[in-house]
Amino acid sequence: MSSDRSQRAPVGLKVAAAAGLLFLHLPILIIFVYAFTTEEKSYVWPPPGFTTQWFAVTWNRPDVWEALTLSVQVAAISTVIALVLGTLCAAAISGTSFFGRETISLLVILPIALPGIITGIALRSAFSLAEIPFSFWTIVLGHATFCVVVVYNNAVARFRRTSGSMIEASMDLGADAFQTFRHVILPNIGTALVAGGMLAFALSFDEVIVTTFTAGQQQTLPIWMLEELVRPRQRPVTNVVAMVVVIVTFLPILAAYYLTRDGDQIAGAGK
Amino acid sequence: MTPAVSFTKVSRHFGAVRAVDAVDLEIAEGEFFAMLGPSGSGKTTCLRLIAGFEQPTSGRIEIFGENAVGVPPYRRNVNTVFQDYALFPHLNVADNVAYGLMVKGVAREERSRAAEEALALVKLPGYGARKPGQLSGGQRQRVALARALVNKPRVLLLDEPLGALDLKLREQMQEELKSLQKQLGITFVFVTHDQGEALSMADRVAVFNDGKIMQIGSPQEIYRRPATRFVADFVGSSNILPPDFMQRYAGQRRWGSLRPEHIRILAQTSGDGVPARVAALSYLGAGTRVSLDAEGLRLHAVVDSGGALPAPGDAVVLTFNRDHVHVMDEPA
Repeated sequence: MSSDRSQRAPVGLKVAAAAGLLFLHLPILIIFVYAFTTEEKSYVWPPPGFTTQWFAVTWNRPDVWEALTLSVQVAAISTVIALVLGTLCAAAISGTSFFGRETISLLVILPIALPGIITGIALRSAFSLAEIPFSFWTIVLGHATFCVVVVYNNAVARFRRTSGSMIEASMDLGADAFQTFRHVILPNIGTALVAGGMLAFALSFDEVIVTTFTAGQQQTLPIWMLEELVRPRQRPVTNVVAMVVVIVTFLPILAAYYLTRDGDQIAGAGK
Repeated sequence: MTPAVSFTKVSRHFGAVRAVDAVDLEIAEGEFFAMLGPSGSGKTTCLRLIAGFEQPTSGRIEIFGENAVGVPPYRRNVNTVFQDYALFPHLNVADNVAYGLMVKGVAREERSRAAEEALALVKLPGYGARKPGQLSGGQRQRVALARALVNKPRVLLLDEPLGALDLKLREQMQEELKSLQKQLGITFVFVTHDQGEALSMADRVAVFNDGKIMQIGSPQEIYRRPATRFVADFVGSSNILPPDFMQRYAGQRRWGSLRPEHIRILAQTSGDGVPARVAALSYLGAGTRVSLDAEGLRLHAVVDSGGALPAPGDAVVLTFNRDHVHVMDEPA
């Protein structure tokens, strides 16, 4: 009986857990350490010297700023599109029952289940077939395909917990559709939307594969990093940027976790 | 006088399902009206048609003489108490109750006073600051009632409002609802599948089955003179007598009903009356219910406590006064 066991885990399990956690996070710490190294051509362990000069160098490189701005813009616009479409879709799926409802639900979720490379190739061939030139907007479209899923999953879980009669009660008490949305629906799904939106932003911000296929000459931040790795000079600049990416990605996910931990899991967080 | 609610040949079909089928109905102002029926009988759909959550496939609905077809729920002077109460979990009790006034743009001070009055009416004064999650089922029910009444509706719709409460609380709420209705003079339309509840609370009862109204009448009429086998069976526990039986023992080839308390059991094996065999006895407290097998027909009789009881397996003869046999409208 498991309940008869003592509260303390065996030593072997503790060691294994510690090893697992180290394996997950040590490489990230090493990336951080290399941001302060004096060696700029290759990664040498231990670092030959300590410097903070790369922060200044990074700050003054226009290509970093361009990539960062592009990534933030793409992530922001994809998130807004995902919030609108994902919420509408979740409302339709959970509020009514119609022929093919489950199919539509599955089709909405599919982009996140498919490997990114398939989404990417599919979008690329669709864009060239329709003769749409690759631009900022093709990246946004590519990112929106999986951002919608994240928002949809969060919203649909919350809609399911929101009883349908609550909306009817609001109408019954004299509220029109807009008032019902503002006073009843939004307060009830708000935190789910914030969580889904932040997750969508984070996913878009570090996306590489779909972006590779849908971008023209532009470089989002992750693409820029990939290119930078094969160049021999100013290597630690990449590490400085990596630190920023980790922080920018981590904070919203952490916030999303705290916002939804009372019940909802953050659906789709595995992408 | 203009009826509070009137249905003329109202149907609501969902695909091939006739949830409500050509229903005619008039509910008078100030009436406590019950819609009684098993689940799927169309009673709740009728309520939703009055509230405006459903629109009729055909037919005409009037609320106080005004056409209600096509009018959205938020433009009807009708409010609903929902089966699951449907309180807003993000608002406290006072804001829940004042919701209807808030969306109408009533000033904060006035609406909080109205909310407090409504809460006092349902005996929950001072509960305004709590969240719905902190209330018991019975208290939530009262909040739902206050929230509907604060808008001063001319018709209050109640969808199985007591279904989720335990027996004791249900009986208490039945009495309170009834006195509240008398006090306010509002028309109450009440949906239930509990015949006891319908009979004890309503001024008039409509019995629903298969999307149609089988009978409308006072509780006494419905109970004593059921129009059809369905009503006799669903409302109370009448014995239903098939046409053959009726022809032999009551002289009419029609469906009939006979209340258990009107059957007398004679401990003899032959003589005038219906020969039967005692199948089982169940003790009810005030009396004992005797299940009888009369030539394949299952009948129930109630014998008062203190009377002589037959034993299971005994052969007996049943008699009854023909005047107590109610002949139903239903054709044989």
